[in-house]
Amino acid sequence: MSTAHIECNAVTKRYGRATILENISLGISKGEFVSLIGPSGCGKSTLLKSISGLASLTSGKITIDGKSPRRARKQMSFIFQDATLLPWRTVESNIALGLELDGVARKEREEKIKELLSLVGLDHVTKSYPRELSGGMKMRVSIARALASRPEVLLMDEPFAALDEITRDRMNEELLRLREEHRWTAVFVTHSVAEAVFLSNRIIVLSAHPGRIACDLKVPLAYPRTNETRTSNEFESLVSQVSHALREGTSVDTEKAEL
Amino acid sequence: MKQKMIQLANGLLVFGVLIALWYFIIWWRDMPAFMLPSPLRVLQAANARHSELLASFLITAEEAAGGLAASIVGGTIIALLFAQSRWLRSTLYPYTILLQTVPIIAVAPLILMWVGYGSSSVLLIAFVVCLPPIIANTTQGLVSVEENLVQLFTMHNASHLQVLFKLRLPHAMPSLFTGIRISAGISLIGAITGELFAGSNKVGEGGLGYSILYAMAQVETDYLYALVAACTVLGFTFFFLAMFAEWYVLHNWHESVRTFEAAQK
Repeated sequence: MSTAHIECNAVTKRYGRATILENISLGISKGEFVSLIGPSGCGKSTLLKSISGLASLTSGKITIDGKSPRRARKQMSFIFQDATLLPWRTVESNIALGLELDGVARKEREEKIKELLSLVGLDHVTKSYPRELSGGMKMRVSIARALASRPEVLLMDEPFAALDEITRDRMNEELLRLREEHRWTAVFVTHSVAEAVFLSNRIIVLSAHPGRIACDLKVPLAYPRTNETRTSNEFESLVSQVSHALREGTSVDTEKAEL
Repeated sequence: MKQKMIQLANGLLVFGVLIALWYFIIWWRDMPAFMLPSPLRVLQAANARHSELLASFLITAEEAAGGLAASIVGGTIIALLFAQSRWLRSTLYPYTILLQTVPIIAVAPLILMWVGYGSSSVLLIAFVVCLPPIIANTTQGLVSVEENLVQLFTMHNASHLQVLFKLRLPHAMPSLFTGIRISAGISLIGAITGELFAGSNKVGEGGLGYSILYAMAQVETDYLYALVAACTVLGFTFFFLAMFAEWYVLHNWHESVRTFEAAQK
């Protein structure tokens, strides 16, 4: 067997007659930050949910450290597109949710939460309810909740898609800062090419109908990445490279649709 | 603040106009007091028999509140069961609609036959009318949880009971309170309807509904009006208590209670 942390082997997913994912094989090593990008309908979210074990496969196999996704759930955290906070819980008790479900003792929970709150810069709103928070703050709570269980794998499904661009950029930088401290393996689904290039050290471009890997690309930019990274020539050439691959994948798709 | 004062003044003005209209009708049609007593006479009757009136008021309040409380507990339990499976819902839900569509006046005599005269059958009638709104609203709240939230719980290998009590039930609270608000109003209709049939075991120990029948039979019209006014006061009390409970439980996190805050402005 290979040494990959997350291993997708000939993953195929069909809904009725539609093929969402076709024969996707992919190995992700420990500590990698991989972005999945592609047009709508390319199955990037489905692939992510399959890795988490929330969606089942038609055929093929996914393993995390050799274990099935369901068995590996304790090592993984999932961050959803909307913050999915419980509106009746305060910030701190939202962050505590995962620990509570995992059966962590109250005392230990409180210590961890304190640490997480300062880590994501939410010390001043611990007792606030989600409806009192901005979109960016809600996402921060969501991230803190995901990190609370000290995951080895962080799965993110377009977490910043609903945020405005300035907030999104800031959240991107923050996410990388958090990664410096814990080094989880990340699989990140996004629509934004710039976001993918900024965050990842590897980008998988998927084409649609059926979802296939169109391009597997390394991002050689050095970490830590800052706002300056975004203005470098290297960054821009990578963005255009990915955009090109994305268009390529999409045009194949439209040709097929015309046939 | 100024707007509030104007609103209050308008409300009082309408009240004054209605009272004036009442006196005008008595004067204009030369109404005898046994048909339409003056507001003053009603007030006097209420004052003269205030302990009796208060006793009736409390009996009805207790029966309605008992029926409502029982329906909140029972309805929530039934809704929790309904939330377990679509099959159970589709099989049993039509019967709650049946319960709601059968006029309570038609069912009341049956309940009397089973339970007998007195407060317990009145409470049961109030319970029966209160139950369907609680079941319907709470079930809706339990079932309409966002899929992502359920998946979040799944990622933590949450048990069925954890999903039910940490996710579905709190999510259903606003719906439960909508049900309670509806049921609070109709609990009184149930209780008074029940009393019209079941009344009391002993004379002078019945609630408002029973006393209304009694006052009508005795042609104590002054007191009859006082009883009707007492029913209205009781209705308002229930409505506001339900609103307050909803606000108290939900105002921290839910938007719906803002309508209550807005209504107060």
